[in-house]
Amino acid sequence: MAKKTKSLSLNFGPQHPAAHGVLRLILELDGEIVEKADPHIGLLHRGTEKLIEQKTYTQALPYFDRLDYVAPMNQEHAFALAAEKLLNVEVPIRAKYIRVIFCEIGRILSHILNVTTQALDVGALTPSLWGFEERETLMTFYERASGSRLHANYFRTGGVHKDIPMKLVEDIEKFCKSFPKIIDDLESLLTDNRIFKQRNVEIGIVSKQEALDHSFSGVMLRGSGIPWDLRRSQPYEIYKDLDFKIPVGKNGDCYDRYLCRIEEMRESIKIILQCIERLPKGPVISIDNKVSPPNRDDIKQSMEALIHHFKLFTEGYRVPKGDVYTAVEAPKGEFGVYLISDGSNKPYRCKIRAPGFSHLQAMDYLIRGHMLADVPAVLGSLDIVFGEVDR
Amino acid sequence: MILNLQKIEKLINSELSSKIKNSSIENEELLIETDENDLIDVVQFLKSNENCRFKQLIDIAGVDYPENEKRFELVYLFLSHEHNLRIKVLIKFQINQPINSLTKIFPSANWMEREVFDMYGIKFKNHPDLRRILTDYGFKGHPLRKDFPLTGFNEVRYSEKEKKVIYEPVKLEQNYRNFDFESPWEGTNYIKEIKNLEKDGKKN
Repeated sequence: MAKKTKSLSLNFGPQHPAAHGVLRLILELDGEIVEKADPHIGLLHRGTEKLIEQKTYTQALPYFDRLDYVAPMNQEHAFALAAEKLLNVEVPIRAKYIRVIFCEIGRILSHILNVTTQALDVGALTPSLWGFEERETLMTFYERASGSRLHANYFRTGGVHKDIPMKLVEDIEKFCKSFPKIIDDLESLLTDNRIFKQRNVEIGIVSKQEALDHSFSGVMLRGSGIPWDLRRSQPYEIYKDLDFKIPVGKNGDCYDRYLCRIEEMRESIKIILQCIERLPKGPVISIDNKVSPPNRDDIKQSMEALIHHFKLFTEGYRVPKGDVYTAVEAPKGEFGVYLISDGSNKPYRCKIRAPGFSHLQAMDYLIRGHMLADVPAVLGSLDIVFGEVDR
Repeated sequence: MILNLQKIEKLINSELSSKIKNSSIENEELLIETDENDLIDVVQFLKSNENCRFKQLIDIAGVDYPENEKRFELVYLFLSHEHNLRIKVLIKFQINQPINSLTKIFPSANWMEREVFDMYGIKFKNHPDLRRILTDYGFKGHPLRKDFPLTGFNEVRYSEKEKKVIYEPVKLEQNYRNFDFESPWEGTNYIKEIKNLEKDGKKN
């Protein structure tokens, strides 16, 4: 006769190194099998959407760095595109290239962090040590363009804040030439590693239908075999002129998602190299002074430029009435901004669509029936960053 | 893409004519307005119809217009991978009006509706688990309503006396300063007259 066991509820986090931030997960366990998972989120809720309603469009932009703080510029991009669509501003071609370069750097930043910490969660220490060295180099590029390593505040409505120096472009190119070797090294540690495969293959399988039902996007969708990438299907900026591949998984398990991320890093390198090769000359921000500030020389000479400068940094620019939804392919999936303007200088409503929110929601369905030890593996492959989940 | 949107708009208007209050294409985006009681039918149609196939719910955005009689709006954003299209479904309703939950059709609506409930206090019928999601345990009020102050009502701190984290009414050392730089100036009267003349001139 089988002995009846009582189910045990376990509190995982919010201070747990494998919880990727401040996740509190209430697990119902039957022995070592997870029967139910109830994620409690909101411990990092800062009211970003409420704050944005009180700020002008220029002031609202830095809040986007603080959402997914692993790839800040990709978030800024979505907001900048939304405001540009409402204002109907033309972005200079050089700015488009610079934006794409830094978005792809953001993608690499995010994927390095995710791949290596996922490895860390299942017991491999070395990849994170190797990977983080490269992240530091990439963040130096962020710093040299924008002045800060993490909270860049570099994109503007109508372009980017400042032009990048030639030396920086050369250094990024040098990095792109050397980085594939680092990916190979990481792969030699993980891809065929027996333990890594045992912990990830056939864990957290997502079928095509379920990926759609649970509003998955990005790698979570592609890992399950749906070839969908906003850079390809609804191209923005200059993505339609670039040559890159979209890696797609077969089984939809944690291991396939890992492989997708590794391949995406290689594709990002290809994109950056193409951009550097074609990088045109010219202005980096819209020359329409109703939206972008005039340059300093003009302020000293021209009364009109001075007035523009003053108006932009006090009142800001007014955005025509309307609503718009723009989405970008952020490293973690579809990051969208639904912006409603009432014609004033502040957004009336700014709804942020974070990919991690829907991914984490599926945690209960993903982990049901798995062992307790699989929780960190699945959580790692979801690529959760709490800045964007809690907003 | 615009052509496809116009086709879809026509299709929806002819198939669901009585249920669609309004439809428009602005900024290359299709928006349809429907009655809150018809929401389920409309969404079901959008998901299953061969020419629509909006199989993914991207997000639910609440909006608050305190001055309107129908105070709240919900905007549902859908994506069709097969046809590479997006659509927005809008409903307007009064405060205290419960809305049908979409969780049966889209499981991912669960947390999105919880978020709307948390932020706006909008109630959903037939929702399996309508709890607060982003705010603190035991939080009162609905922060994204326009009448909720930015600074909130309560603040927390660790009390040395009680040896625990306690809640207190917000006490600001300096009032929150909301600088309103918006210029009320639309141009003097004679400039307006010139502008109007120009407009009329173009018409003639």
